[in-house]
Order: sequence, then structure tokens, then C-alpha cells
Amino acid sequence: MSGVRVLVGTRKGAFVLTSDGRRADWEITGPHFPGWEIYHVKGSPAEPDRIYASQSTGWFGQLIQRSDDGGRNWQPVGNEFAYDGEPGTHQWYDGTPHPWEFARVWHLEPSMTDPDLVYAGVEDAALFRSNDAGTTWQELPGLRGHGSGPHWQPGAGGLCLHTIIQDPRDPNRLVIAISAAGAFRTDDGGKSWQAINRGLQSGQIPDPDAEVGHCVHHIARHPERPDVLYMQKHWDVMRSDDGGDSWYEISGDLPTDFGFAIDVHAHEPGTVYVVPITSDEHHFPPDGRLRVYRSRGADGEWEPLTTGLPQQNCYVNVLRDAMAVDSLDSCGVYFGTTGGQVYASADAGDTWAPIVRDLPAVLSVEVQTLP
Amino acid sequence: MIRVHLPAHLRTIAHIDGEVELDLAGVATQRAVLDALEERYPVLRGTIREHGTGKRRAFVRFFACEEDLSHAEPDAPLPAAVAAGAEPFLVMGAMAGG
Repeated sequence: MSGVRVLVGTRKGAFVLTSDGRRADWEITGPHFPGWEIYHVKGSPAEPDRIYASQSTGWFGQLIQRSDDGGRNWQPVGNEFAYDGEPGTHQWYDGTPHPWEFARVWHLEPSMTDPDLVYAGVEDAALFRSNDAGTTWQELPGLRGHGSGPHWQPGAGGLCLHTIIQDPRDPNRLVIAISAAGAFRTDDGGKSWQAINRGLQSGQIPDPDAEVGHCVHHIARHPERPDVLYMQKHWDVMRSDDGGDSWYEISGDLPTDFGFAIDVHAHEPGTVYVVPITSDEHHFPPDGRLRVYRSRGADGEWEPLTTGLPQQNCYVNVLRDAMAVDSLDSCGVYFGTTGGQVYASADAGDTWAPIVRDLPAVLSVEVQTLP
Repeated sequence: MIRVHLPAHLRTIAHIDGEVELDLAGVATQRAVLDALEERYPVLRGTIREHGTGKRRAFVRFFACEEDLSHAEPDAPLPAAVAAGAEPFLVMGAMAGG
């Protein structure tokens, strides 16, 4: 019977949750790397037993861990993320120039076809690539070399590159997102990049046509429709039908359009999930009710999904990389909270149950569908 | 022989049980000790000193003989008791985080 493996990164270690295709009973292993912040854990689509993890602390810096046996055993691989050439400066919070400084890896994106190829999105924002399964890392400097680079400014969480989306039609085409610079796309494997933020409106910046400066929180897309992108911006849920060349708002009747996580149903390319969060001042759900909202293709029409989720006194957050879907026949949807719960729905969001309730604050959730 | 005591997180990632014992050819300095340590345990590169600059990471401290040597020159000789192996060179995670 097929199964799923849920990879959870938390403030104090990584956890691996496994189940068969029914997704009713779960085995939980961990903490792996106890005491370390695990910003992201993700498996290779090309070789599911190969998993990469970003492990860091403020004390001892960054490590990258790799497993070649599905998360049972791990080995540290390369941890040197050196900016290409003279790093230069971006803007600091006060508007002054600030040297680019590596802080941590936010997101690891293994290639769809090559288990030895993996991308890393880092803070301060840059994109790195490893061709040797994480042993060595090289920056793709064209991104920071984009003319707007010196004007990028960090969001509250830092100047982080947190989203990397591959195009199944063309390995040279990537979409990335940076808080608070915006979204960018390369069509030539990272040599050159264009800002793809037309249509984004951000009240925090005065120029309505600003090329950069948008606080993009996360972007998702379905592999069968690579040009359709869904974005949870700081405020606003947005959609693009042309690979990011232009965006329009689909927030519609959401109770609030602030949030972090967004994902797409595995079998319905037009079905999107978000978790509305009250505001940037109140990083918890409206009215203390944890609700996932689902839109089934009709832009701006959202239905709350509440069965099995706490509907009173709930004040957790769901972070940008903490939602994922599996690709079993009935699509599974998963998300983790800053309160340490990981919720799963085996029926595309209709009903929910916690897999585990008391982990450290969840930073990321990824899912592997196993044969 | 130099004895080096590492914090638990670094012992775990390097699979070290107890203290590390290093034989140095020349003068025992912070730099020489850490170079030899990283040579034996490459996984520790970047965890005590920054890649590239070689600077001590901000929340790592070096103690020996009841002294804080964190701000000492990297090429200054370590105390004789450390060089002789009578006292360990301590790498510590700084108290931080409230």
C-alpha cells in the first residue's frame, strides 16, 4: 500500500511522520538534530529516500544534513555559502546600505529529476545551487546582480529567499520570492532574472508601480499548470496566469487576506488553500478560530474548512513553508502551527485531525507520497 | 598534547565522545588549535569560526585556566597549562537567549 512521509522542521529539531495510504495511524520519529532550528526539510522527487535538511542555530551557524535512507540516518554535508565576488550592499531597515551577510538557509529545493542537484534559498537573500548532493554550494549571482539588488530591504524576519519553484517543462526556468523584495523569474538557469511583481499593491510602499519592495510571503503552483501561480502576499492573495508577468487579486471574501501559507490541491490545479491570519500586528487566526480556506476555481470565492480544527481560543500562527499536500487519490493536506500541532486532512480539507499536538513551534512541513 | 572541550551540540555533530586531544607541531595558539581541530573534524568548519573570515562566531566563547580568552589575539600563545595539557581549552556556547 502506498503511504506518506511528512517532514517537519521545528524550532528545536526535525520530525518524520509516516503513515500508510489511509493516513489514520502515524509513526513519529525525532527529534532529529535536537535543539537546532530546522527551517526546512525536503525530499528529492527523483529519489524519495534522499532528503535534505537545513539545520542552524545562532550559536554554531548553518549545517546542511542529508539522508539517503528516508530520514533514518543523516550526514552533514557542505555548509559554506560564500557569496560570489564582492557581496556589495542591500538596504538596511533604516534605509542605509548594509553588506550582504549570510545568516541561514530558509528553503531547500531538490531538483525534480536529478537527486544530486539541489537549490538553497538563503538569508541575506541569494540563491545557491549544489550539483553534488549538498557537498559544495555555488551562488547563482545573477539574482543579486539584478539592478534592484541594492534597494532590497529585509522584512521583519530578515532578507530571506524563501520560495523556489521549478518548472516541469524547463529546468532553466525558476521562480523565487524574497521578503521584502518580491518575486523574480529566470528563464536561463539563473544567469539573468526579471522582477515579476506587476499588479502587486503594497500599502507599505508609496509607489503603486514599484518594481521591488513587495513582501511576498509564499508562492505555490500546480505542476500541470506551471504558468498559473498563487501568491500569499503580506496582505492580499494573488494569482498570475502568465508565469508571474502580471498578477491580480483573488482575496475575495476571505475574512482577512493576511497570511503566510498557500498551496494547491494535487489533482485540482484550480483548488487553492490558505490559512488567514488576522494581521501583521496579530499573528494569530481571526476570532481565535483556526480555519483553512479553500477556493475551488472561482476566484475570490472561499469556503472555510473547520471540521476538526479548534474553533475557540486558538492563537497560533501557520508559517509560510508549513503547508503541503500529498498526491494520493484523495488529496491529503497538511499544515503545522507555531503551537506545535501538525494537522492532516485525508479528504482534501473537508475534515482535519492532529497527527501530533505538542512539537516545538513548526517552521516547515513537506510531504512525500511514497509508492 | 592539547585538550579541547567542545559544547554538546558540536560533539554530537562531530561524533566526539569526551575531550579532543590534539598534538600540535608549533606554538599552541587559538588559531593553531582550531586549525588542527577543523582538520580532524571538517564538519566543525563554520561552526566555531566563520567561513571566509575565520572570525570567532559571535555567540562562541573560548575559556581556559579560568580566563575568558575570547577576545585574545588568535596567534597569541595559549597559557602554558593548556599547552602542556594540564588544563583544557574550552569552546563554549555563550549564554544567550534570555
